[in-house]
Amino acid sequence: MNRLEKKDRLIRLALLVVAFSAVSILVVITVFMFGQGTPVMFKYGLGKFLAGSDWYPSEKSFGLWPMIVGSLYVTLGAMVIGVPFGLACAIVLTEFSSRRVRRILKPVIELLAGIPSVVYGFIGVVILVPFIRETFGGPGLSVLAASVILGIMILPTIISISVDSIEALPPAYRAGSVALGATTWQTVRMVILPAARSGIIASIILGMGRAIGETMAVIMVAGNAVSVPGSVLAPVRTLTSNIALEMGYAAGEHRQALFATGVVLFVIIMVLNTVANLTSSRRRGTRR
Amino acid sequence: MSLDPRLTQRLAKAVLWAMTVLTVAVLVFIIVFVLRKGLPVIDLGFLTKSPVDMGKGGGIFSTIVGTAALTALAVLIATPLGVGTAIFLTEYTWENTVTRVIRFGAECLAGIPSIIFGLFGFILFVTTLGFGWSILSGGLTLAFMILPTIIRTSEEAIKSVPPVFRTVSFSLGGTKWQTVTRVVLPSALPGIVTGIILSIGRSIGETAAVIFTAGSALRLPTSLFSSSRTMSVHFYILAREGISMSRAYGTAAVLIIAILLVNIATYRLMNRFIRKYS
Repeated sequence: MNRLEKKDRLIRLALLVVAFSAVSILVVITVFMFGQGTPVMFKYGLGKFLAGSDWYPSEKSFGLWPMIVGSLYVTLGAMVIGVPFGLACAIVLTEFSSRRVRRILKPVIELLAGIPSVVYGFIGVVILVPFIRETFGGPGLSVLAASVILGIMILPTIISISVDSIEALPPAYRAGSVALGATTWQTVRMVILPAARSGIIASIILGMGRAIGETMAVIMVAGNAVSVPGSVLAPVRTLTSNIALEMGYAAGEHRQALFATGVVLFVIIMVLNTVANLTSSRRRGTRR
Repeated sequence: MSLDPRLTQRLAKAVLWAMTVLTVAVLVFIIVFVLRKGLPVIDLGFLTKSPVDMGKGGGIFSTIVGTAALTALAVLIATPLGVGTAIFLTEYTWENTVTRVIRFGAECLAGIPSIIFGLFGFILFVTTLGFGWSILSGGLTLAFMILPTIIRTSEEAIKSVPPVFRTVSFSLGGTKWQTVTRVVLPSALPGIVTGIILSIGRSIGETAAVIFTAGSALRLPTSLFSSSRTMSVHFYILAREGISMSRAYGTAAVLIIAILLVNIATYRLMNRFIRKYS
């Protein structure tokens, strides 16, 4: 018995070590990204790096402003498309469909998450980009194309987390509202959505994180010109595409500048994650 | 708000359903489009011959092997770590600062974009540790990427095993570890496998993290240290550099079929698991 207890204690220790793998990986990633990226940032000045609009790596001119704005634009565009459609699907799935319909709809929507991002990018190039070029003019490779593709890509994130938070509501909320004579839509608008608000907000923030971080699909449809886009039909380069486009041949300070681009991206994502985490944990707190 | 509530109800329902149908239609369109263009390209030769002339001719055999090798390595590394973490979180501790730190770490890791994993894998495995562009570098990078998924699904699976199973095992004199390995894990297995299959799907479709760590060599990989191109990377290069549209469609169709199979397998397993415990 004593031997077994000793073994159990050893196993607990081993599992504790294993359990810290995710945290350690996160720490190592942070250390490496900052270690590689920050020296060049501070060498040329943080302000110039973030707010400069000239990106000429061969002349040691590293200004990330067009890419920061570019990432912001396509992410906002993705939100404009992804949020209404995502919420509509979530509401239909939880409130406006029978159990049988839901059993078909849910896996179908989950399938959206499984389609590789290169395939989305490809569909964008062969269908969406020519469509935009012919209908609205411009090169087709544009903020608009990237926004639409990203909007579709973030749907599964928004839908699944919103559905979870709506389903987690006590059934009494719904029953109470319906008992007072409210229609399903009134219940959704006045009871369900306000009550599930923090979960829905978390889903939107995580969707933003996905949109900002997406790389391959954006490279294929955004046009990648280094300039602040003047309209939704103008080409745009995001932080992620900046890294992926030039990583193949970059060396020296140029490569470090790409890591610095990664650092900027990393900081944005971590802020978004923390905010999403805080909103959803506050939700967990209030429910008890 | 002067509208009749019943009318608004009907209107809202119609609009929401229309949006949902449109979403599903987009998905169906993507899949049908790729399969219709790609399936005619696929024959036995396409699947069993390696690419010739940068992918203009031949098949995609070496990229299938590369994808399988990378995915297998990633799963082999991430599964013990992920399941171990889940066991620790559910069976060996209670909610405290340590578990909060671990959960926060896993959640943050899940949110990190694949391009950052690619950069990190490149600097750590490819250059610092000197593995070069290789299956090893790519597999390790992918393993880090899928770890959060495996942790989360395993944790949920273990949590859904009824507590009574454990009580019975303890009352029969089983130790904690015996209970975990002989009672809890076997019951949670379908749920854990679901998580692994999901991660396989993610690994197959991944491009950004793989292209800078596993490289893009077209040769058939012979060891952990050979560079290898995956199907997604191959598809990306074919499409972006306009090497061969028909072969790009063919590769995309193989990718989509693989993803469909993965999703169907996940869904069936999950359903069986849910039915068992509810």
